Formats: sequence, C-alpha cells, structure tokens
Amino acid sequence: MSVVVMYSPDEFGRVALSYGATEAARRSERLVVVNPTKGDSFVDQKFAREDEMSTLQAALDRLEVESELRHEVVPDIAGAVLAAAGDTGATLIVVGIRPRTPVGKLLLGSVAQRLILDAECPVLAVKPDGSEDLLA
Amino acid sequence: MDSLDLLLGGFQQALTIENLFYAILGVFLGTAVGVLPGIGPAMTLALLLPITYSVGPDSALIMFAGIYYGGMYGGSTTSILLNTPGESSSVVTAIEGNKMAKKGRAAQALATAAIGSFVAGTIGTLLLVLFAPSVAGQVVKLGNPSNFALILLALFAVTAVLGTSRLRGFIALFLGLTIGLVGGQTGQARLTFGNPLLADGIDIVVVAVAIFAIGEALWVAAHLRRRPLDIIPVGQPWMSREDWGRSWKPWLRGTAFGFPFGALPAGGAEIPTFLSYVTERKLSKHSDEFGKGAIEGVAGPEAANNASAAGTLVPLLAIGLPTTATAAIMLLAIQSYGIETGPQLFDTEPDLVWALLASLFIGNTLLLLLNLPLAPLWAKLLQIPRPYLYAGILFFASLGAYSVSFQPFDLAILLVIGLLGLAMRRFGLPVLPLIIGVILGPKLEEQLTTSLQISSGDISTLWSEPVAVIVYAFIALALVLIVGNGLRTPKPVEPADDKEEVSA
Repeated sequence: MSVVVMYSPDEFGRVALSYGATEAARRSERLVVVNPTKGDSFVDQKFAREDEMSTLQAALDRLEVESELRHEVVPDIAGAVLAAAGDTGATLIVVGIRPRTPVGKLLLGSVAQRLILDAECPVLAVKPDGSEDLLA
Repeated sequence: MDSLDLLLGGFQQALTIENLFYAILGVFLGTAVGVLPGIGPAMTLALLLPITYSVGPDSALIMFAGIYYGGMYGGSTTSILLNTPGESSSVVTAIEGNKMAKKGRAAQALATAAIGSFVAGTIGTLLLVLFAPSVAGQVVKLGNPSNFALILLALFAVTAVLGTSRLRGFIALFLGLTIGLVGGQTGQARLTFGNPLLADGIDIVVVAVAIFAIGEALWVAAHLRRRPLDIIPVGQPWMSREDWGRSWKPWLRGTAFGFPFGALPAGGAEIPTFLSYVTERKLSKHSDEFGKGAIEGVAGPEAANNASAAGTLVPLLAIGLPTTATAAIMLLAIQSYGIETGPQLFDTEPDLVWALLASLFIGNTLLLLLNLPLAPLWAKLLQIPRPYLYAGILFFASLGAYSVSFQPFDLAILLVIGLLGLAMRRFGLPVLPLIIGVILGPKLEEQLTTSLQISSGDISTLWSEPVAVIVYAFIALALVLIVGNGLRTPKPVEPADDKEEVSA
C-alpha cells in the first residue's frame, strides 16, 4: 500500500510532495515519489537535476514514513505514474495541477487529466497554496 | 584600393532592405541550428537549397553565409551550458566553458565566446577580402593538370588529415566518388542499371539532403530516448575588466590559428581550436585554472573556429574547392544558379562575390548583437522535443528532394541514400569525404579528360606544370608521414563503440 506523488522540480511538484507526505503519514503507508521524463529533448525542466535529486532524497530521508524515489526515462509520463501506482498498490495519487489555456492543453495534453481518468484509486489534485515546502 | 572600392559596392548591395532581411534570417536560423546538437549549418543549407529556385543568388548566398557564421556562434552556447558540443568545431570550448558555467561564470564564458567570435570573424573576413582575390588571380593562370592536382589534394586532405580513422575516411570518399559516377554525362551510361531516370545522374541536392537530413533523422530516431542533460541556468552575458584583459590576447592568437587552417585545403575547425587551446594553456598566467574553467580556454578556441570559418571561404571562392561540409553545400548553391565556380568567379561575378563578402561583415555584427542579449532564449530551444524537430526536418527534406525534378523516383533515392547515411553514422564513417567526393569527383574527371585531350592522350602532361609537381610531392610527403606514423606506433585496439559523433 502506498501514496504515489507525481513530482517535478517546481512549485507544482513541491506542493504535491507536501500533500503526499502528509497523506502517507496519516495513512501510515509508503511514499512513492515519481519524476519521469520522456527523454526526447536535450533539456527537460520538469526532470530533476542531479543536485535537485540529492536535496529531494535528503528531504525524503527526514520523513517518518518509508519512501521510494523513481527517476527514470519512460515513453509515457502518465503511464509511468500509473504503473508505479499499480506496482505499489497505491491508495492515492497526488498530482500538482498547472494552469493551462485551452490551446495549450490541445497542444501539450494534460498528464493530470489522464491520471484522473485512468487511475484505479482516488487522485488528489493540488495547487500551490503556501503549504509546507519539504525541500526548503 | 581596388578591392576597397569593390567591397564598398558590395556593402551597397548587401545593405538593401531585401538582402538585410535575408542576412538577419540567416544569422537567426544559423544560431538556432548551431545551438541544437546534431542539426548543423550543413544540414540546414542542404534543406534550404530549393529556395535557390525562387530567390536571387545574392540574397540566397547572403543568407547561407549568415547560417554558416551563425552555426559557429550557436555551437558555443550548447558547449558551455550543456557540456554537449552543438558542432564539432566547439568540442574544445566545452572543456573549459562548461567548467566555467559550473562555477557560476556561464555569463562570462558566453560573453567571451560571442565577442571573441566577433573579433575573429571580422579579422578573418578582412583577411579573406585581402587574400582571396590575389589567390584567385594566381590560380586562374593554372592549366588543367594543376587543377587536377589541386582537386586531388583537396580530396586527399579532407580524407586523410581530418577525422580519426583514415580507413573510414577513404571508405566514405570512395562511396562519394561512386555516387558521383552515376549517370551518362560522359556519353556512356555508368552505374545506371539501364534505368533512364538515372541517366542524368543523381542530383547532388538529393544526396546532400539524404546524407545530412535523412541520415541524421534516422540516427536520432534510433536513439530517441536519452536521459536529459543538466542545463546550467544563465542570465545576460557580461564580462568584467579582468575578463577582458585575459581574453583579448587569446582572441587574437585564436584568429591567427584559425584562419590559415581554414584556408588550407585540409580545412576545418577541429585542429586550430585544439591548437589554440593547447597554446593558451601553455601561455596563460593562470595555467593552474585550466581544467577548472579558465576563460582563456574559451576565448581562444571560439575565436579560432570563427576565423577558420572565414578561412574556408578562401579556397571556396578563389579556387572553387570546398573543404568543409557547409562550404560544399554553398558551392552547390552557387552552381545551382548556373554560375561556374572556380578562380574566375571574381571576374565573372564580381557583384555577387563582393556582396557576399560585405554581408559577412554585416552578419558578424548582427550575430554579436543577437547573441549577447538573447543567450537565455537560445538555451530554451533545447527544450523542443526531438520528434517535433525531426518531423519538420523530414518534411522539408522530402519536399526539397522532390522539388529538384518533381520525380517520385528521387524520393526513393533519398530514402536509399538516407539509409546509407544512417549506416555511416552507425559505423563511424565521416560524412565530409563522401559529400566532397560527390561534388569534386565529376570535376576531377573533367579536368583529367580535358588535360588528356589537350595533350592528345599523353599522360606525362599531368606532371608537366610546376604547381602540379609541387602538389604531388606534397601528397607523397603526407602519405609517407602517415604510413611512417602508422608503422612506428602500433595503435591500441579501438573500442567497439567508437562511433564518431557526426555533426551535420
């Protein structure tokens, strides 16, 4: 049993991590943090750099719940999160919601929407709201 | 004085609204493709060759020159911020440049690269204006046997001197010569397999697009998903007084290395950038900083690669011999207007040549203005997903190949040679000897047949001119040195995954 967090090194990822950690502690379940990339561009800003990964790992180690970090190259972002949820028997997926214009959504698609529609467990959609930043 | 008048005339032509627009477009495109690893000025020019059907020769060449220079600027950005050279000419820049960026001095590294490129490009273009006409004046007096020898030297030099493996170089060269043989231009059909569509030979545009664009696209498709690289965030490039003091000498020394190497038939920017780096490391008062991000190690090589870009235009304009892939495609562009390239170019097309030379000064200045404030924007280009980029490239490649003669058969050839391009990248064969072989092979044959016709079949005519004898002696000497080197130091077995990163 686990809580899966869809992470990215920005405010949306951090708020998702914050809520995910709280939920994992409340349910006393494993915290699975997923930060995938499609690896099809030279630079992907939503994929944590080495130094960001070590800060993240340190933050996870400080938590009281057991945690796991997945940082990998995959063909499909939402698919990777759903796969992590399936593997670990997730009871909740936490995802940060980014504002998108209709055109932007048409062009870029929405990972959050796919998670909400395809996940087999409840999905918690959060927005940056000044909740505790675990990486600070 | 004569050159100066002609150059001023060139400025007059290059500064018209239309040509200025093409110059700006060229430097923009050039910087963009320079920033993106894998996509380089040669591929871009190959894809843009069809515009020569609808745009005047001066505008097209001005744009192409802008792309050529712009590619040299853009390559440094990727080297410094990403530690992945955008172009083969900026491999050395990555050594110190990326270290500087990691120390938080990315802005200074970008600034010294951009300003150094400007200084070197301007001096190099001045030298080009001074030397090219007089070189052309000498070369135009040479007979066919000497021209034959010079082309032979160019083929030999790009194959044997550049690149890591001579065997691979010669394989690529002979592949190119073979493609150049196809057709019936000499009166007898060669390698046409009885196909009337092959009787006119394979259009070089199709070959260039296939090798550079299709080959690279297939290669990227085969390695689509790679771990993204850590990019170093950067603000506005700027330099302190101390950085200026440490940069200006390397800029000038880099120019001194780059221009002559560019002008030699065995041109290219790899050797001078490396020499410049080694020299700066020796001469620097801060030699302890080398390997940890010394500004001299960025300033010198960046100046060298731009100066060599200017240098490669000397043999291109004055002799009609291309020594880099980009120069080879520029030669194709000139030829596609029905203009005969060679030493007579300065006499037959003075307006065109001088407008091109003037546009180099303009393009260089534009590049400095563009690159200093826009560096963060260029870095954003690296976030474009490769499938989008290469879908566009494949589209333009097919369009370009089809528009050559509106024959669906050309698309089949495009695909076949594109697969050859993929195989060459897989097995580490350099692309340059192939493309030079395709372009210069027929010229070599033409010079040979003309010489033999004049001498009514007497083969000794080939060494009847002093220049030819000197060139042959030079080739022989180089051969002896290469063989001697090969015999003396038995090379360790090369690792199996030694795939040369081919930058098109």
